[in-house]
Amino acid sequence: MAKPNPDDRYYSRDHEWIIYYSDGTALLGITDYAQEMLTDIVFVDLPEIGRKVVTHATVAVVESVKSVSDVFSPVSGEVIEVNSVLEETPELINQDAFGEGWIVKMLLFNPDELNMLLTAAGYEEMLKEEKESQ
Amino acid sequence: MKKTPLYEKHVALKAKIIDFGGWAMPVQYTNVIDEHKTTRNAAGLFDICHMGEIEVRGPQALDLLQLVLTRNLADQTVGQVKLSALLNEEGGIIDDLTVYRMDENFYMLVTNATPKDRDWEWIKKILQERKFDCDVKDISDETGKLDVQGPRSEEILQKLTAADLKNLRFYHFCRSQVAGFEAIISRSGYTGEDGFEVYASSNVIGQIWDKLMETGTDAGMKPCGLGARDTLRLESGMMLNGQDMDESISPLEVPYGWIVDTIKEFIGAAALKAKKSSGIKKKLVGLEMTGRGIARHGYKVIKDGKEIGIVTSGTFSPTLNKAIGMAFVDIDCSAPDTQIDIAIRETMTAAKVVKLPFYKRTK
Repeated sequence: MAKPNPDDRYYSRDHEWIIYYSDGTALLGITDYAQEMLTDIVFVDLPEIGRKVVTHATVAVVESVKSVSDVFSPVSGEVIEVNSVLEETPELINQDAFGEGWIVKMLLFNPDELNMLLTAAGYEEMLKEEKESQ
Repeated sequence: MKKTPLYEKHVALKAKIIDFGGWAMPVQYTNVIDEHKTTRNAAGLFDICHMGEIEVRGPQALDLLQLVLTRNLADQTVGQVKLSALLNEEGGIIDDLTVYRMDENFYMLVTNATPKDRDWEWIKKILQERKFDCDVKDISDETGKLDVQGPRSEEILQKLTAADLKNLRFYHFCRSQVAGFEAIISRSGYTGEDGFEVYASSNVIGQIWDKLMETGTDAGMKPCGLGARDTLRLESGMMLNGQDMDESISPLEVPYGWIVDTIKEFIGAAALKAKKSSGIKKKLVGLEMTGRGIARHGYKVIKDGKEIGIVTSGTFSPTLNKAIGMAFVDIDCSAPDTQIDIAIRETMTAAKVVKLPFYKRTK
């Protein structure tokens, strides 16, 4: 079973989470549900620091044994740090998707874009609907 | 999608189901790495009911097979299995399949799932044209197939059969009973481990599955999906039909020269001869990533800025803990240790050509 989705952050419909700090930076990762779907993560392709992304642009790529999945940035911003620990231990995302398994740190261009995203409750509602429609 | 007789069991085990050539098949039950390692270290149980079986019977069964298959079967003994290829007139691989000599004038062909109908139509056409005195029958629907693979598979299967498995040699089979049901037990597989392929009526294959699950669990056996089957076969340097080869590829361009016996006549032989004399231009090779990244099916292979080939299979190897693959490359870039690049998304990532297989079990 997926871990509960913490309510200190925002969620995208593509299963990313983003946590916003008062200094204008934000951490981005994928949800525990997403890592469960991917299962054995064996490689994370991290962006270069300084890369500027528009909303919904691919900011990283997460690969399991079988699959290659884009991680989209739900907001626009500049990559200011990457979780380089994932280069050696990509399975950290499987173990702790909401914490140690964060992927990039960004400086947001327009924090108002966060308002377009889901809350934890909204994300859970979406997961429920997805499950029912299957 | 077509379902195997074991489909409901996969659903009950909460397997992730995918479409594999029109079949609803389990890709994984838990995760690929765990299932892969379980097969390498203990045993894995695989639903292979989607593969095809074709019987060939009659006084001229051998003559038909000698004509349509590349391998010389004249010396095949009853109880022996041989890998062979079915070629079109141009020498392209329609299918790679195994031949079971069941009796003097009786053979069973075990085909890949996707090309099965194509194999069937082709063999029937040749039989009609050449009027050999034999009959062919597609028994795929009524035949179930399970693979038990891994170092503990003999111990597990032996508990359910009176057949003398210890003395059953590699690429040989016997007809016996498993869990009280008539079955063919073949010591062979697609994982690079010791193991067995078990054939029985599709009506009883579910009961054999249940018995194996009961018996095998104590020995560490787990059900394994097509995901692990793919990484296991790739590590062992075995190709996947439809992915590493297709009808535009001849056995000379892939590591299948050894299943082509030119001492006999067969369909495609003339084309192969012509190809050989004009020179082979492309070759399937093993590759290993030296830079960070995983090569995947369809990625381009680059050498000195020039496109020289394409990746046919690529994955992360759970046993070797690195990214490996197979690629079709220009013949002059096919020698082991040739430095190449793989175009992974926007980046050229370093790789090198290596000898196959990547993994060989210690006996």
